[in-house]
Amino acid sequence: MTLTVGSGLAERAERVSAVAAAHADDVDVKGRFPREAVDAMIAERLLSIQIPAALGGEDASLSQIAEVCSLIGQSCSAAAMVFAMHHIKLSSLVSHGAGDTWHSGFMRRVSDEQLLLASATTEGGIGGNLRNSICAIEIDGDTCRLTKDATVISYGAHADAILITSRAHADAASTDQVMTVFTKDQYTLEQTHVWDTLGMRGTCSDGWLFKGEAPKEQILPKPFAEIAAQSMLATSHLLWSAVWYGIAVNAVARAQAFVRAAARKSPGVAPPGALRLAEASNLLQLVKSNTIAGLREYEAAKADPDRLSSMGFAVAMNNVKIASSETILSIINQAMLIVGIMGYKNGTPFSLGRHLRDAHSAQLMISNDRILGNTSNLLLVHKQDTSLIG
Amino acid sequence: MKQKIRDILGKHGGLPVPVETLADDADLYAAGLSSFASVQVMLGIEEAFDVEFPDNLLNRKSFQSVDAITRAVSSLVGNAEAAE
Repeated sequence: MTLTVGSGLAERAERVSAVAAAHADDVDVKGRFPREAVDAMIAERLLSIQIPAALGGEDASLSQIAEVCSLIGQSCSAAAMVFAMHHIKLSSLVSHGAGDTWHSGFMRRVSDEQLLLASATTEGGIGGNLRNSICAIEIDGDTCRLTKDATVISYGAHADAILITSRAHADAASTDQVMTVFTKDQYTLEQTHVWDTLGMRGTCSDGWLFKGEAPKEQILPKPFAEIAAQSMLATSHLLWSAVWYGIAVNAVARAQAFVRAAARKSPGVAPPGALRLAEASNLLQLVKSNTIAGLREYEAAKADPDRLSSMGFAVAMNNVKIASSETILSIINQAMLIVGIMGYKNGTPFSLGRHLRDAHSAQLMISNDRILGNTSNLLLVHKQDTSLIG
Repeated sequence: MKQKIRDILGKHGGLPVPVETLADDADLYAAGLSSFASVQVMLGIEEAFDVEFPDNLLNRKSFQSVDAITRAVSSLVGNAEAAE
């Protein structure tokens, strides 16, 4: 399969990226939602590209969506992350809701109205372990009700619908979870935490007390455990990696512009930083190769639920996330060393502060320690794949 | 074999309910089996039956229920013991 985004899609993503770039610093300084970039995504109809054409979408592959994430990430990490998180939620609907009347109809609405989807998996008392819930959905006749102390709902205040996890019923074990779609008119949010962070400030991942009521058919028909294993785990690690790659690409582009400017001023003399640029380019290629390999593995496994829920696949996706989240920090740090004070200062064409701060979120969104713990547990029984080509 | 598997599940499964209350075909994940605990159960089974799970059996489905685990282990130790 090809990783090239169809010409139309790439051009649309470039236009969004240009809008995102114009507002990226303001979004970062004010810690505000990247409204202009998201409006541009809506205008370019990028919020529905993943949805099947029969439901108004464009059947875009995960690789195509990843390319859009990377293109926007080169301009504004927050806007790219909002786009990525929206499509991670959408992947759960596309993979697990397609055969179901309500969820198919909802995907049609997402296409027609370009609705923005948010996620509420984090809960007070549970932390980042999304495979556990304290709250339980209450089913009363045809209605379901849920109250959740969601300590993080990224862009919760700006979303048109929230996909939220809970225990399947009042007596369910903490790991026996379901995910339910609530549309904006079906819930209230009361703010409990303010997202004032080092980086990724524009995702506005505030904490909220969620209270919702909806028809019970809006509960996704599969257990959340399957949804997590078969769509969320892989799409999260891959689309996040694409965003992070985009951040690193722009940092290297800035460092390269700096080195080239120095080279033009004194031809014949290798500018300081040229060697570091070569090293950064090497690391950037590793992140790219790693992400592409992960995307290929996903596309190959996509039609096979057993393969998607296999240990080998989980280990591979975990490894993609660990490698890209760690390596982008080395890359941006290299870029900073190349550019020097002009990178450290805000407001220069070579500024890298925002890149570095945004990139620091990568190791924390699902903590790398948690992911390594999970991989190390799997490796107690899973045997390494010893082939090179797979 | 099933009883041996149930013993291992009781010891390593970290289930919030006693294993005896679960039917052979009951969904262990719905009963609270975490992915961490499922690996511990696999290790317990590998040790008890002196087998190694090949990668094609290392997925959620193989450990979905007591029946599913029994099928997976039977395919490894041969049919003789499975008939017990």
